[in-house]
Amino acid sequence: MQLSREELLSAYRRMRTIREFEERLNVEFQSGTVPGFLHLYSGQEAIAVGICEQLDDDRDYIGSTHRGHGHCIAKGVDVKGMMNEIYCKSTGVCGGKGGSMHIADLDKGMLGANAIVGGAPPLAIGAALTAKTLKTGGVAVPFIGDGATNQGTVAEAMNMACVLNLPVVFMFENNGYAEFTAASYATAGSIEARAEAYGMPGTTVDGADFFAVHEAAREAIERARNGGGPSCIEAKAYRFWGHFQGDPQVYREKDEVKNLRENFDCLKNFRTRVTEAALLDGDDLDAIDAEVLALIDEAVTEAKAAPEPSPEALHEDVYVSYQ
Amino acid sequence: MPVITFREAINQALRQEMERDEKVVLMGEDVAGGAGGSAGGDEAAGGVMGVTAGLCTQFGRERVIDTPITESAIMGMGAGAALTGLRPVAELMFADFVGVCFDQIYNQAAKFRYMFGGKARTPLVIKTLVGAGMGAGPQHSQAIYPLLTMVPGLKVLTPSNPYDAKGMMIQAIRDDDPVIFCEHKMLLGMEGEVPEEAYTVEFGKAKLTREGSDLTLISMSHMVNHCNTVADRLAEDDFSVEVVDVRTTSPLDTNAILESARKTGRVVVVDEANPMCSMASEISSIIAEHAFEDLDAPIRKVTAPHTPVPANPTLEALYLPSPDKIEMVAREALEYEL
Repeated sequence: MQLSREELLSAYRRMRTIREFEERLNVEFQSGTVPGFLHLYSGQEAIAVGICEQLDDDRDYIGSTHRGHGHCIAKGVDVKGMMNEIYCKSTGVCGGKGGSMHIADLDKGMLGANAIVGGAPPLAIGAALTAKTLKTGGVAVPFIGDGATNQGTVAEAMNMACVLNLPVVFMFENNGYAEFTAASYATAGSIEARAEAYGMPGTTVDGADFFAVHEAAREAIERARNGGGPSCIEAKAYRFWGHFQGDPQVYREKDEVKNLRENFDCLKNFRTRVTEAALLDGDDLDAIDAEVLALIDEAVTEAKAAPEPSPEALHEDVYVSYQ
Repeated sequence: MPVITFREAINQALRQEMERDEKVVLMGEDVAGGAGGSAGGDEAAGGVMGVTAGLCTQFGRERVIDTPITESAIMGMGAGAALTGLRPVAELMFADFVGVCFDQIYNQAAKFRYMFGGKARTPLVIKTLVGAGMGAGPQHSQAIYPLLTMVPGLKVLTPSNPYDAKGMMIQAIRDDDPVIFCEHKMLLGMEGEVPEEAYTVEFGKAKLTREGSDLTLISMSHMVNHCNTVADRLAEDDFSVEVVDVRTTSPLDTNAILESARKTGRVVVVDEANPMCSMASEISSIIAEHAFEDLDAPIRKVTAPHTPVPANPTLEALYLPSPDKIEMVAREALEYEL
């Protein structure tokens, strides 16, 4: 399906925002100003954006992973609010009490990054049950890393979604590594074959190709919205960083990441594709690059200067009410 | 006032709330039963103990959802549905099964509100069978409410009678936080007066099921009834025994506990759970910390031993706190001299 100029610009802006956000966080993390653990999404942008550009804020939900920044940005969570959250400031989208691995924004249909591997798929099918019960036409998309593929929760969610015919698109991101262990070692058979075993459509796409992800997602979302039930997409993904920042990555060949950045970069692919087809020109994309750079600069500056949560915040919001 | 069973009281609460609010849905293993069966797929069970009988027939399979045996997905689907606009009652058939789905309860549902900066509401009820007494053995008989009580973000209900069961279930469904509703197997047939109309029982408010001045028995769930029996026996010997039914272990009515402990100066805490990190230990520590000066005897505990629940009925009876054991410890507390 041919995308409009506006759609292409929007997709590029989101992907570029994710890349800039993550690459800048790496720099800031090394300076020691970012608390906690950091798992960066660089290299996988086309997957989150390829599907989320086709989801609505108010009725479609995503469930995310510990590598969730990209999913949040793709689903429209405020970038500055996210940066503030990663700095654990009171101005963060979760008031500084969630941090990098728990960014959520229910108003944007973002059910939360999730620090439990395989934690989100059961929650996402719950959002799909709400959509089905209240007839909102909504769709739920759990993102699932190749590591989570082997968690029972994922198998349970896939089975339940099929049994109840829920509007779900299971979006698997196979970046080849579950932490420090290769997917080729840890995942038996194939993800696509697992989808088939549950009787749902499954397809595999190149996660560095925005257009391939977009097309597969379009079909799966349409099927779910029209009552056709769940389906699976496995996107081959390319993780430009280690499992977390500080991972020495001794399990990878020396030039593996260099090769990925040179030959499997979804942003480079996108630029080549749209400029060669004369859908957009380089100046359009350069202008977005500059705007995004400025936005991330501002976000980091503001986050560093933002206030800490008050001591009272420790005890707040455990319950809606508790006598 | 109509007299109905504990089982019927819960059923009535679910029925009335489902009639009132179409966002209330019930999900779990065999909550209807019969789905896909060769008999035609009509409701076949209404739960393994019959607590949800008739609800599927009245509300249909869209709202009374038979799930596969898949507890993580049931708890997670309930939590996700609660987060996005439904008011699900998700059944965990036996509380022992929390072992396979605890993550969805304590890392997910319990933490949403806090880790999402106070913006989430998770009106989820987890309805689950607890307790020993049926010879069901180590994996179907545990009183694991202390394990759930220790989790910030959860509320835990331990009703001891049909009236509380109905009012607490209705409050649980209307409540905006995740609530664990513990229904004790041995109480399902218990009869009591229950108003026909809908009503709620406030959480965190203990009830004195007996009033007295010589000794306080503090308990929850099924054990409250044993405590009442003991209080009545001791009354025949002119001992005035107060029984505090905490009703909810989270929130816990510490004021009522301390007030009664200060009044009588002698306390026995009775808990069906294993002794370590039990409600008995928690309540004892609260009294020791805040009412030490008012005590006339050491706080005593009657709990299950630090063992699994045995299947053998004789051993199971030894495992459980009984009126006789409670009475023995109560008399020791009454006779203790400083």
